[in-house]
Amino acid sequence: MKEQDNKSPLLRFLFYLLVAVILVFNLFPFLYALVSSFRPSNDLFSTDLWPKALGLDHYQAVFRDARFVQSLINSIIVAGSTVLISLALGSLCAYALGRLPFRYKAPVLYLVLTMTMFPQISVLSGLFVMLKQLGLFNTRQGLVVTYLIFTMPFTIWVMTQYFRSLPKELEEAAYVDGASPITVFWQILLPLTMPGLISTGLLAFIAAWNEFLFALTFTVTDTMKTVPVVISQFSGTSSFEQPWGSIMAASMVVTIPLVILVMIFQYRIVAGLTAGAVKG
Amino acid sequence: MAWWLILPAVFVVFLVIGFPLIQVIVYSFMKIKLDGVTPPSFVGLDNYLFIFSDPDFWHSVWITLIFTFFSVTIECVLGLVVALVANSEFKGRTFLRVAVLIPWAIPTVVSSQIWRWMFNDIYGVVNIILANLHVIPHKLAWLATPETALPVIIAVDVWKTTPFMSLLLLAGLQLIPGDLYEAASIDGATALRKFFWLTLPLVTPTLLVALIFRTLDALRVFDIFYIMVGGQGNMATVAVYNQQQLIAFLDAGVGSATSLTILVFIMIFVVIYTRFSKASFQ
Repeated sequence: MKEQDNKSPLLRFLFYLLVAVILVFNLFPFLYALVSSFRPSNDLFSTDLWPKALGLDHYQAVFRDARFVQSLINSIIVAGSTVLISLALGSLCAYALGRLPFRYKAPVLYLVLTMTMFPQISVLSGLFVMLKQLGLFNTRQGLVVTYLIFTMPFTIWVMTQYFRSLPKELEEAAYVDGASPITVFWQILLPLTMPGLISTGLLAFIAAWNEFLFALTFTVTDTMKTVPVVISQFSGTSSFEQPWGSIMAASMVVTIPLVILVMIFQYRIVAGLTAGAVKG
Repeated sequence: MAWWLILPAVFVVFLVIGFPLIQVIVYSFMKIKLDGVTPPSFVGLDNYLFIFSDPDFWHSVWITLIFTFFSVTIECVLGLVVALVANSEFKGRTFLRVAVLIPWAIPTVVSSQIWRWMFNDIYGVVNIILANLHVIPHKLAWLATPETALPVIIAVDVWKTTPFMSLLLLAGLQLIPGDLYEAASIDGATALRKFFWLTLPLVTPTLLVALIFRTLDALRVFDIFYIMVGGQGNMATVAVYNQQQLIAFLDAGVGSATSLTILVFIMIFVVIYTRFSKASFQ
């Protein structure tokens, strides 16, 4: 927009140089890890900058590792259930907040916004004891319950914005025909907020998939750990040097699906992220 | 009717935030161990007195504040630069926008491991390049001393969170009407003038919102420190200190008192920011 004004070749060169620096800074660590994950150990642990050999050794190793495979399954279950529960309960609540008139709506909305910024660490010990009392300590269900702390308020907030942005005439006709609010929600509004559901669902999934503090604190056995915990605790057969090849391969296995999601849904993700903040 | 739709969500939020928060408040005044042996008892302010007289706690506050100040400041500046670039018309703009999202999507544990590998003392790419270029006389153990570990940790956070910052700022920039720039161009304003007199004041509200979000996030940093330096005493943040009280020492009393102290700290920041932003909008 503005860069069109200055046609000076020097400025154009500097501008593209800046673009190149931004790209290298953003992409290099990821690409370096990707290349490292394909370098066999004897090549990886050399001081050569360029790989002399590439192979799938580390990927075979991590997929033979029962602990890692189990953690992948756990992460999928935990993140998936968290998303489904927060979308189901959150969008009902957001529908009421965004479309229906009722008393104390403003305080409820304000409370939701405050909750989106609530620091999880400040209820860590309370959750720890609560999970023990409920018998949910060291279980996937327990993790799902605690993950709702950050996914629910966020889902409600963003979905409320989506419901609000739909034109009023949509449901008025349906109400005239005698439809109930639930029918209006299911048959008219929910299909229209599908983009919003995709955005918030993706963001909630990424947040739950990446969560570390709760997973580290509330699980103890290998059968219940999620992927970030296992990646943080990777240790080799010899304790002398960490198995960097396996760590990088495991890292890529959990990251590449996210990168692909980001590439496909770039527009939706940005819309969800900024709806959570800029409109606030 | 509306209340029936809200109720399930409110119930869940109360279960996961309200109830544990009440427990945390009660426990902070109790001697309560998670070992199942020590009987719980009421101890008044003992837990708070313990924390406030613990040099490790104050050190973790200091580390957290330094980390927050530098990472949030750098993220604001770089985020604005990236947002301005991404807001310009040029070939490959979409590619740039996707590329900056990648560090954001990578789990913090993974990015911390990647950077730990990049800064590995013997095989890490940073040491190899710097030593080959003779920038450093010998390879450094970056993460072994706080003086070098903290900048590396800040760099990881900057790498991971600048995308979020630049996306918010980009959304803010796109709200600025284009004819303002045209009018300024007709009046003969230079690009620099336009930036300082148009762009910066108009993007300030978004910048403040982003600043609040990021500060609150940075004050509770845990993952990066835990992975990169393993929560060593001299490099613990308040969140790491808190988690250790709970897990390593199984002390729910001191852990809860720490949690509440952190919550109050963060609320003070929120109040300062909201005061400050209200003043700047008038």
